[in-house]
Amino acid sequence: MRVFAALLFRNRLAAFGAVVLGLILILVLLTPLLPLPDPDQTSTGDRFLRPLSPGHLLGTDHLGRDLLARLLHGTRLSLAVGAAAALIAATIGSSIGIVAGYFGGRIDNVIMRFVDMLMAFPYILLALAIVAALGPGLMNALIAVAAVNVPFFARNIRGIAVGLAGREFIDAARLSGMGHGRIILTELLPNVLPVIVIAMSTTVGWMILETAGLSFLGLGSQPPQADLGSMLGEGRSALISHPHTSVVPGVMIFLIVMSVNLLGDGVRDALDPRLRSGALSRPQAMTRVARTGAVPAATEDLLAIQELET
Amino acid sequence: MGTRVYRAVGGVSLSVRPGECLGVIGESGSGKSVTALSVMGLVASPPGVITGGAVRFEGEDLIGAPYETLRRRRGDRVAYIFQDPLATLHPLYRIGDQLAEAIRAHHSISAGEARERAIRLLNDVRIPNAGARIDDYPHKLSGGMRQRVSIAMALANEPDVIIADEPTTALDVTVQAQILALLDDLRRDRGLAIIFITHDFGVVAQLCDRIAVMYAGRIVEEGPTAAVLEAPAHPYTRRLIDCVPELGQGKRRLEAIPGLPPMVDALPEGCAFAPRCTKAVPDCARGDIALERTGTRAVRCLMPEESA
Amino acid sequence: MPALNVDHLSKTVAQKKPLLRSAPPGVRAVQLMSFAVEKGETLGIVGESGCGKSTLARMLVGLLEPSAGHIEIAGRALNTADPAAFGRLIQYVFQDPISSLNPRKTIRQIMGAPLRHLYRMPAAERQTRIAEIFASVNLRDDFLDRYPHEFSGGQAHRIGIARALAASPEIIVLDEPVSALDVSVQAQVLNQLADLKRQFGLTYLFITHDLAVVEAVSDRIMVLYFGSVVEMGRAEQIFARPRHPYTRLLAESAPVVGRALKAPEQKGSELPDPLNPPPGCAFAGRCPLATDLCRREIPELRSMGDDQLAACHHLIPG
Repeated sequence: MRVFAALLFRNRLAAFGAVVLGLILILVLLTPLLPLPDPDQTSTGDRFLRPLSPGHLLGTDHLGRDLLARLLHGTRLSLAVGAAAALIAATIGSSIGIVAGYFGGRIDNVIMRFVDMLMAFPYILLALAIVAALGPGLMNALIAVAAVNVPFFARNIRGIAVGLAGREFIDAARLSGMGHGRIILTELLPNVLPVIVIAMSTTVGWMILETAGLSFLGLGSQPPQADLGSMLGEGRSALISHPHTSVVPGVMIFLIVMSVNLLGDGVRDALDPRLRSGALSRPQAMTRVARTGAVPAATEDLLAIQELET
Repeated sequence: MGTRVYRAVGGVSLSVRPGECLGVIGESGSGKSVTALSVMGLVASPPGVITGGAVRFEGEDLIGAPYETLRRRRGDRVAYIFQDPLATLHPLYRIGDQLAEAIRAHHSISAGEARERAIRLLNDVRIPNAGARIDDYPHKLSGGMRQRVSIAMALANEPDVIIADEPTTALDVTVQAQILALLDDLRRDRGLAIIFITHDFGVVAQLCDRIAVMYAGRIVEEGPTAAVLEAPAHPYTRRLIDCVPELGQGKRRLEAIPGLPPMVDALPEGCAFAPRCTKAVPDCARGDIALERTGTRAVRCLMPEESA
Repeated sequence: MPALNVDHLSKTVAQKKPLLRSAPPGVRAVQLMSFAVEKGETLGIVGESGCGKSTLARMLVGLLEPSAGHIEIAGRALNTADPAAFGRLIQYVFQDPISSLNPRKTIRQIMGAPLRHLYRMPAAERQTRIAEIFASVNLRDDFLDRYPHEFSGGQAHRIGIARALAASPEIIVLDEPVSALDVSVQAQVLNQLADLKRQFGLTYLFITHDLAVVEAVSDRIMVLYFGSVVEMGRAEQIFARPRHPYTRLLAESAPVVGRALKAPEQKGSELPDPLNPPPGCAFAGRCPLATDLCRREIPELRSMGDDQLAACHHLIPG
């Protein structure tokens, strides 16, 4: 674990991402304790106040609601929904992938063709279709985003599971009298867990973005509930006259997605065993020579190795 | 992570004359492969560094020679055969093209001539129907055939020295016998010098004129094959020969050497074999022990075995 | 009653069905093998790569379903339906010791698995049993809490053997147990196997390609070629007085100290193509004694007296 942390923070960008994400998380967790006005409280008199106005640090929106309060509550919601979607997608997708990879044969074929079918639809279109079928709402947006990402996990994890299922320790486990379920849970799962974590850390940013996208289109959170996408959507109509209403949630989305992706890349690099052993550094075309001491004299032989030390 | 420095090879001296075959024998981790790779500067760097000594080819020192000199020698005058032919042959090129490339890297001849020579080479290593096989991809050939192709590749530029690093370890016994016979013929016909690296005493006994036994990065014994095998002077050689089961002796208990070879990063002082040796005296663990030469034989031991 | 009885065992591996055409006949990996192993015996199984020895081993331990034939262990037909009952009869020691140990489990967990699932042994009892087994294969107790990657080949091998022993099986199938080891370590492991066999009254099936090793450890030896038994006999006789030309070729190819180097086979011969098997004896293409009869008819495995059996039309006179 300490090796992991050291590796992670050796990567400057990942460390930066971790710090930014950490700050955002602390802010968001403390939100209910902060002395903020009610995010849904409208006040038509104070419409479109500029940032740094008295009482409203980031100004107000088109209904006079406090932007800072809405931003923090919205971020809370967006992060929660994005993380939940990632977790659901990872759980379902990985289970499908492990089952397909472990059993192979016909089960594998049927499952993976179904997954292929899901993948054949354009990403956002599929999400839109799911939300359209289920009706708008944050919960349904979450389901849609999770569903769209299931194939990604299923494919990735199946690949790993197929490789592992052919390994001898799985056969050995079968010979020690374990059933299929137990082999999957106690032998296979611990070995694919790092891959799942890597896949999750690199996709959670996208999922936050996608939920925001659905909310932006009005298919996610319903007014007056604030989340980053819907704030952006509401601010859109006043983009020219009062840019701060859309810039504030936009910057937050940017910060979150960027920090999550930087951190995710860092996590992936740190967990990748090839990187840890330094195998990715290319060898030179010629062995480095650092000789100390005298060079022995020549002999008559065709090829003579003399006092060689490596 | 971290900067562990350890000596894989510590002061090894070997030599071959034209037409001679030298066997280098040792267990895994004894430094025999690193020695072989050092000759042409092929040890992966980082982490490998050659820290001392010289490699002389016809008197010219190759260690520290400019890359261009080394590149021209590699494959042309000194060729390698590795253990795994599938790893040496490029999977996506036809074997004929790979052979032709090996020739044209060192000689400027036309593609047609190179192809003709490639076919001749495949014939030389007794690949049946060479004219048709030349357009096969490596994966279509069996293990023995692939190893023949890599031998053909090594012979492509008529080198003076071939360094063969466990060329038959991955092969079946019947195929191994064919490959060994082939190498033996080649050496007699062309006056090739062969450095044959292996862990198999039977192979060495059949092919090599002289052998050098390595343990923990050093040569512990050297001499003519028959003499060393009949009357090993170093306790390690003696015990190692006893370990090898030989065909035709029926069911029996094998001799074993207790303990494990030392790790290269934790070599004991003095003789590296002393902790496993039954004849060890306190002096064995003190200071360096020199390689004593008497006539054609050499041994690095304070308590050499009595010659029978 | 023999410890293991194999009757007309075959394995055919199906080939991919090409589009629009009917599926081609499957590749026969193991053809009609019959043999028996007595309790306490070591049967050596020798053959070159691709001769079906690993396929045979995997069928015996129930990791592969045979296409035809019967396997009987201690008089009962093999039944893979209940893995727990089955694991108590026969165990397998894998060729690659490191890859047969789950990299994310400690040795204690790995060793405990057969005891827990095959015998439902409570935790405390398990610990004492593991310690006993570990002592019998000369491994130190403090290895138990380490992970597989911390071990050398020889040690990992002993752990693999210890795991097989933990199931207290009747029969242990050893698949190339020493081919990855250095000679000095190889001798240690082989001697240990012999001791354990005596101590626990085990029956071994010892699979290898190394003739000298198999001769040193086996009571009887079975030579496989291209999925069939070509010769079977007592260890001290089979290579000294081979009756089948293939056995003789093997014996002559093995490098022996003090024998002049010659290629026993000059032709660039290769194994027959499993996709397109020859109609007669599979060895006919490489055999110096082959006649038209060999290319037409598959020879039967016949008894030669003295416990020796061979499948050949033109036996070498004993």
